Amino acid sequence: MNGHLNLWLIPLLPFAGFLFNGTLGRKLPKWLVTTVALLAPLGALSVVGNAAWPLSSARLPLPYVETCPVPWIDVAALHVNFSFVLDQLSLVMLLVVTGVGFLIHIYSVGYMAHEEGYARYFSYLNLFLFFMTVLVLAGNALVMFVGWEGVGLASYLLIGFWFQKKSAADAGKKAFIVNRIGDFGFLIGMFLMLANFGTLTFAEIGAKLNALPGWQGGVLTIIALCLMLGAAGKSAQLPLYIWLPDAMEGPTPVSALIHAATMVTAGVYMVARTHVLFDHAPFALGVVAAVGAATALFAATIGLVQNDIKRVLAYSTISQLGYMFLGCGVAAYSAAIFHLMTHAFFKALLFLAAGSVIHAIGGEQDLRKMGGLCKKLPVTFAVTTVGVLAIAGFFPFAGFFSKDAILYAAFVQGGSGRILWFVGLVTALLTSFYMFRLWYLAFLGKPRTEGVHPHESPLSMLGPLVILAALSICGGWIGIERFGAFLAPSVGARAAEASNTQLEWMLSGAAVGVAFLGWLAAYLFYREKSTLPTQFSAALPAGYKLLANKYYVDEIYGATVVKPLLATSKYALDLVVEVGILGGIAWLLGAIAKVAGAILQRWQSGNIRSYAAWLAAGAAALLLYVLVPWTFVLATFSASHFNVMGH
Amino acid sequence: MNSLPWQEVPLTWYLLLSAVLFALGVVGFLIKRNLITVFMSIELMLNAVNLSFVTFAHQWGAVKGQIFVFFVMMVAAAEAAVGLAIIIAIFRVRATLAVDRIDLMKL
Repeated sequence: MNGHLNLWLIPLLPFAGFLFNGTLGRKLPKWLVTTVALLAPLGALSVVGNAAWPLSSARLPLPYVETCPVPWIDVAALHVNFSFVLDQLSLVMLLVVTGVGFLIHIYSVGYMAHEEGYARYFSYLNLFLFFMTVLVLAGNALVMFVGWEGVGLASYLLIGFWFQKKSAADAGKKAFIVNRIGDFGFLIGMFLMLANFGTLTFAEIGAKLNALPGWQGGVLTIIALCLMLGAAGKSAQLPLYIWLPDAMEGPTPVSALIHAATMVTAGVYMVARTHVLFDHAPFALGVVAAVGAATALFAATIGLVQNDIKRVLAYSTISQLGYMFLGCGVAAYSAAIFHLMTHAFFKALLFLAAGSVIHAIGGEQDLRKMGGLCKKLPVTFAVTTVGVLAIAGFFPFAGFFSKDAILYAAFVQGGSGRILWFVGLVTALLTSFYMFRLWYLAFLGKPRTEGVHPHESPLSMLGPLVILAALSICGGWIGIERFGAFLAPSVGARAAEASNTQLEWMLSGAAVGVAFLGWLAAYLFYREKSTLPTQFSAALPAGYKLLANKYYVDEIYGATVVKPLLATSKYALDLVVEVGILGGIAWLLGAIAKVAGAILQRWQSGNIRSYAAWLAAGAAALLLYVLVPWTFVLATFSASHFNVMGH
Repeated sequence: MNSLPWQEVPLTWYLLLSAVLFALGVVGFLIKRNLITVFMSIELMLNAVNLSFVTFAHQWGAVKGQIFVFFVMMVAAAEAAVGLAIIIAIFRVRATLAVDRIDLMKL
């Protein structure tokens, strides 16, 4: 055996970095802060690498479990241990989280170099890695929930990193509060799991369900739907996606790490982790697929008309997450995780490249004020091209393989799967269009920048970009067959369809075809005839306005949820509960104390001898009570009394 | 040697003496104005209790009561030391030892 893998080091190293930089970082020299901040994820990555290494020679039996020797919760029927599980699924996820996380840490060194809260930024980033690795390694739902809440906290802190800016502080709060709704679902799901299985450990739940293949639907559907609500909150799916676009207020590397590559994929990971439950709840699985497909299309349409470079990417992230849920929904978990991985590569790449652009032109994020940057930022241009080709799904870039796997899985499911496939295909078309739109607007055409001199970013930023670009090219080459076979022990193998090569080729051809179509459309719109967009929006004013205003979802939520809540808080809760009930109780308690004090004050005369007299009187009374045989006295008294009555 | 035909002093007398001493202590404690006299009254009460302890110890032939007396004496000694120190401190600041005038916690 290979002995201990020391999984606990994976989260604890970033946590140590967080403590160090969080407490001392402000007073320490910058090079020390940087060193500690980079060593933490590097250490975690090397532990993960060490765990992955023996795997390649298949010497390590998975799943490998590491449990804290001290029980965490041990009350009556509730036994929860702090346990970490390493299996194929968590290994893939860990490699993505620590690998991409490390690259983004390096990038941040250049990007945040001139920021005020340099140490604070890195301590938050390390804190995020700590919670994310806890989430991924979790062996039961409660440990996962700890990580789940923790990444939400880190996300809140980092979105509101520039908290002096009101919009950033508000965006942080919005993300946190919207996530609470999802967390509520997760919690209820957890309670139901506990009530029905008596355990929260994923492996035990899986074993129990596998032993009862006939147990379908019913409470399992409810549990799965609750978990899906949690996943929808964390992974920004309909109807809870609204926080993610606003989360772009945070620093761009944060958007890349948390709001594109890792944290937002936690929902997908959770569904894959609890896939046995979903497999026993076909209806919930259908909901997952429908939500995923709807979100993918919905977000893609909004992405068409956004002018903020980061918001385009944010909507594309929501859309791609929709793809992953679509994959989960057709029980193609390995395809979903495959897309999760490749998406982490190319979306982190695109965000970091966008950050490089923003950095170069002095903080401008509006696509309309960019243009012609390809000559000034050659490296950024090259890597963005790779990223755009990857997300649009061109062969042989990473996105092609994973997106294809999901679409294929949806298509072969038949029935409603064909509709899902079609929605996915339309989304692929839109994705290709808006990504090439971004590409043309930012890098080609005439420069629309004014008064700035774009400069290529420092090496610390370009290095991660180049590595991620390489991963975005080759990340998919492993192929879904081998990837799926590797993941199979964790997420179950798909019922082996007679692999229809001809169908596969046709579907791939269709996907690449729509990607080309999108490119062509973007070329026509934004390169060939730049008047076309205005003509279009003029021809369809209602449609354009609807998209530009993001379907008014924020406004609808504001009117239907936020406003009534605020009104209830202000009138019902503030006036009745706060002022009336709570204030009244407080006043009453005060009045009682006051009156009692006024009465008792008389004893507190300050005259020592009166105190002494009370003391003596009390002692005498006690003595009397002890010495006098009361039962005898009372008996005598009542007897004589009755005698008197008798006469 | 002929032993004198004397009777042992009865238990009741000791206890009566103890009670009287204790009552004197209480009265002194209550009516005296001088802090030192009050202090001495407390000592009187303590010693009245000591007397009854010794009496019972003799009566039952048990040594516990006598040990207890030692404890009381020890505490009383400590108390006397602390108490007198406080009294001197008060007198230095207030120039009085009338208990009625010492009714504030701060000096």
